[in-house]
Amino acid sequence: MINNVIPAFAGVTKRDNIMRYLPLTDSDRQEMLSVIGAASVDDLFVDVPAEARLSDKIAGLPDHASELAVERHMAALARQNLSAGEAPFFLGAGAYKHHVPASVDHLIQRGEFLTAYTPYQPEIAQGTLQVLFEFQTQVARLLGCDVANASMYDGSTACWEAIGMARRITKRGKAILSSGLHPHYVSVANTMARFTGDALVHEAPTLDAATDIDALIAGIDKDTSCVVVQYPDILGRIADLTPLAEAAHAAGALLVAVVTEPVALGAIKAPGHMGADIVVGEGQSIGVGLQFGGPYLGLFACKQKYVRQMPGRLCGETVDAAGKRGFVLTLSTREQHIRREKATSNICTNSGLCALAFSIHMTLLGERGLRELAALNHGLAVQAADRLARVPGVKLLNESFFNEFTLILSKDAREVVRNLADKGVLGGVSLGRLFPDAPQIGNGLVVAVTETVTAEDVEVLAKALEEELA
Amino acid sequence: MTMLKEGRPTAPQAVTETASIPATATGNRALMLEEALIFEIGSTDTTGVDLADAPKVESRLGNLARADSIGLPGLSEQETVRHYTRLSRQNYAIDLGLFPLGSCTMKHNPRLNEKVARMPGFADLHPLSPQSTVQGALAVIHELAEWLVKLTGMHSVAMSPKAGAHGELCGLLAIRAALEARGDARSVILVPESAHGTNPATAAFCGYKVEDIPATPDGRVDRAALKARLGPDVAAVMITNPNTCGLFERDMKTISEAVHAAGAFVYCDGANFNAIVGRVRPGDLGVDAMHINLHKTFSTPHGGGGPGSGPVVLSQALTPFAPLPFVERQGDKFVLIEEETADEHHAASFGRMVAFHGQMGMFTRALTYILSHGADGLRQVASDAVLNANYILRSLDDVLDAPFGSSGPCMHEALFSDKGLAEGFTTLDIAKGLIDEGFHPMTMYFPLVVHGAMLVEPTETESKAALDQFILALRSLAGRAKAGDEALKGAPYFAPRRRLDETLAARKPVLTWTEPTQAEAAE
Ligand SMILES: Cc1ncc(COP(=O)(O)O)c(C=O)c1O
Repeated sequence: MINNVIPAFAGVTKRDNIMRYLPLTDSDRQEMLSVIGAASVDDLFVDVPAEARLSDKIAGLPDHASELAVERHMAALARQNLSAGEAPFFLGAGAYKHHVPASVDHLIQRGEFLTAYTPYQPEIAQGTLQVLFEFQTQVARLLGCDVANASMYDGSTACWEAIGMARRITKRGKAILSSGLHPHYVSVANTMARFTGDALVHEAPTLDAATDIDALIAGIDKDTSCVVVQYPDILGRIADLTPLAEAAHAAGALLVAVVTEPVALGAIKAPGHMGADIVVGEGQSIGVGLQFGGPYLGLFACKQKYVRQMPGRLCGETVDAAGKRGFVLTLSTREQHIRREKATSNICTNSGLCALAFSIHMTLLGERGLRELAALNHGLAVQAADRLARVPGVKLLNESFFNEFTLILSKDAREVVRNLADKGVLGGVSLGRLFPDAPQIGNGLVVAVTETVTAEDVEVLAKALEEELA
Repeated sequence: MTMLKEGRPTAPQAVTETASIPATATGNRALMLEEALIFEIGSTDTTGVDLADAPKVESRLGNLARADSIGLPGLSEQETVRHYTRLSRQNYAIDLGLFPLGSCTMKHNPRLNEKVARMPGFADLHPLSPQSTVQGALAVIHELAEWLVKLTGMHSVAMSPKAGAHGELCGLLAIRAALEARGDARSVILVPESAHGTNPATAAFCGYKVEDIPATPDGRVDRAALKARLGPDVAAVMITNPNTCGLFERDMKTISEAVHAAGAFVYCDGANFNAIVGRVRPGDLGVDAMHINLHKTFSTPHGGGGPGSGPVVLSQALTPFAPLPFVERQGDKFVLIEEETADEHHAASFGRMVAFHGQMGMFTRALTYILSHGADGLRQVASDAVLNANYILRSLDDVLDAPFGSSGPCMHEALFSDKGLAEGFTTLDIAKGLIDEGFHPMTMYFPLVVHGAMLVEPTETESKAALDQFILALRSLAGRAKAGDEALKGAPYFAPRRRLDETLAARKPVLTWTEPTQAEAAE
């Protein structure tokens, strides 16, 4: 199905040296040089030491090429991939395929949004700023928090920023990570902890229907800065976070909740309403699309009292000199461009355009649409889980789940996933890929079912699994 | 009945009085439409999507069904399109005109990039799809990586960092890992005062103490002072080259040699790579790590604040410490090296810094742009960017103070100060005046080493006609600010908003919308 020959780009050199993105003509260049008082462009590079100056273009690379030639090459590369829309598709584990209404992509491509910079000049950036204000409100309400920021890079970086924020607030350095936290998020936190000196407590999950909430509660002590728990977790399980929040607060620690599938919050309680102090998430599943992992959208929300410890940009309401309502970036004394080495984070560029996509999609949905979408996801997932659990050699792990659940197969799921892919079925994410160091859970397969999955897709997967496990 | 024959007036009456522009009942002004918040115009019961009915099943949500009203307003599709279209028109953008924001490289964003990024074979791929099904995507990452390595003359590149600041983090973590690997705990990072705020913020984040490097009067790193400070406690120096004053650090190579001799590493902030792409390779200057903002040099759109992408090129010494994941070519196959596939020769990697593999949507755009330009076109990019900046510098340095104007040509950006403006007139006034003239202002009050800095980066994608119009506007504004034209202090007059009160916003932060109380609603 996929022809595996990757084309090499030869380039299609054009006869002359006109390049379509460079408007200066040679006579412009001459005229400008004479205003500058330089004989040639090379003279403008006099400060580069001679031995580092390249006298000509870098060798061994193709020259400029026409739009048609480049498009042809990139299209050939795109055809080497099996996209989600071309196959029965069940992958999740932190990135979800949802239908994105056509108007979302149309609107984010308006040049005034797409080709603007960070809104440093608010008088001519009210479009972006009002969107951010609306986005912050939507996110805060969805996650059940008082305030949300204007976005982070993605869920995983938002998660370690939350751990750092908890350290600043509690002045303690031990974070307890739930075994149900996405393993990539754990890896990112581990990388950072190695350098910041935080102590992280974490174990791989076990294949139980119950989450590790009780163990987390038992682990909290006076050195604990925060407990980080994913909701629903990496295996799809859902647990009430209230007791965990109470236990954390009783010990002076914070509860950080991580949501990788925000559509779920159209059906289940918001973490902020169960006592979470900081709620972070991956916003990709609303409006952004899969995009092979990025750009994605880090959601970051917290209680009002912690707002000055937040990382990232914040947009706030104000008035202009004529008394009209307007919006500006605010509380920037937390940020690197003002506070430099004392900033709450080094983040500068964030995920503005993805925040716009999220906000537009959320506006199209509205609460009613979000609830309907969530109910549809859950209903289809329940049906699929029950159907797949009837396949010989397959057991359903979860008692609770939203649109994603874990199947325990009769053999290592990694090989099953690869074999399914060879048959054109993208059947899920194996726990072996996610937790290569935990072979004891290698038979687990995480399966996501969204509104894009049809009953036929589920049948194809069931049959394919049956063959694989026979 | 008689027919009226005179019809409607077809010629305007002469207007003499411009001051008496009448207010409108709606607050709108023709094409300039005021737009309320979605919370004021939408309702939680309205939706712009149509979904299939959910199958009737017994809920398995663990008794955690959300009962409260979430408070998320919806709009119909038509209202949604209108809401965001109206808002978009309150933004300035590179599509509208010159956006000379220094250090930000606001160049034209080609639409071929957008088309390619949206091909389903790229846009609709799950990051954890089996590797056999994403060979083309891995090939894109690999091909872009090869270009970046060749263009910079470096040894390897870490592709996963999400933006420039994240790339700085990557570079410093690699440096720290390399130092730890040789059992060499060092505690200090030297950063010039002119550096972007992300540099000291990143260094502090990695657990280092930040010390300033002084500058020479001509706007460059003071080589002698730097050398004198080097010692066994210095882990790295972070240098921006070309620097944030728009100048090339002439001594970069000798600085690197001194840094290496002292056992430390050189981090280069590559935000300004656009000025030298195809003309200078950082690898030839002794750099150990440098981030490249694909959203600057390689034209990926900045989207009103992001996303970006910040691949980090690495020297041979730092390569073993690069983060997971990365793409390797093994025969005719591309392999994504991550936790599952890593083996002994990846053991020194400092780990993962982000879920998944970086900003694929930016990779496809950047590669499309790079292939469009090719090796010859990219060299011309740097040449034209530098030419345009020098043209601006020399067309304005008789009316605006150019603090380093006498120390030779600038690179990709021209730096001016507020020296010589009339008493009480500031850089801010000039910036807001530019808004009325139809331009986005330059970067203002950065770098911090110049009083009232105005940093102008035109980029190579501006025509001479566009530059000439900008110069005309800025000459006029400089004249007004020097003459003390009070009207300038009220600018902008013609933007969707007049100057906004940032002090008020910070003093009483209103960060989310709340329903007005009854008393407020009655007003
Ligand atoms: C000189 C310099 N360094 C670093 C950065 C940070 O890059 P980013 O915004 O991509 O994180 C920027 C841009 O904002 C910059 O101009």
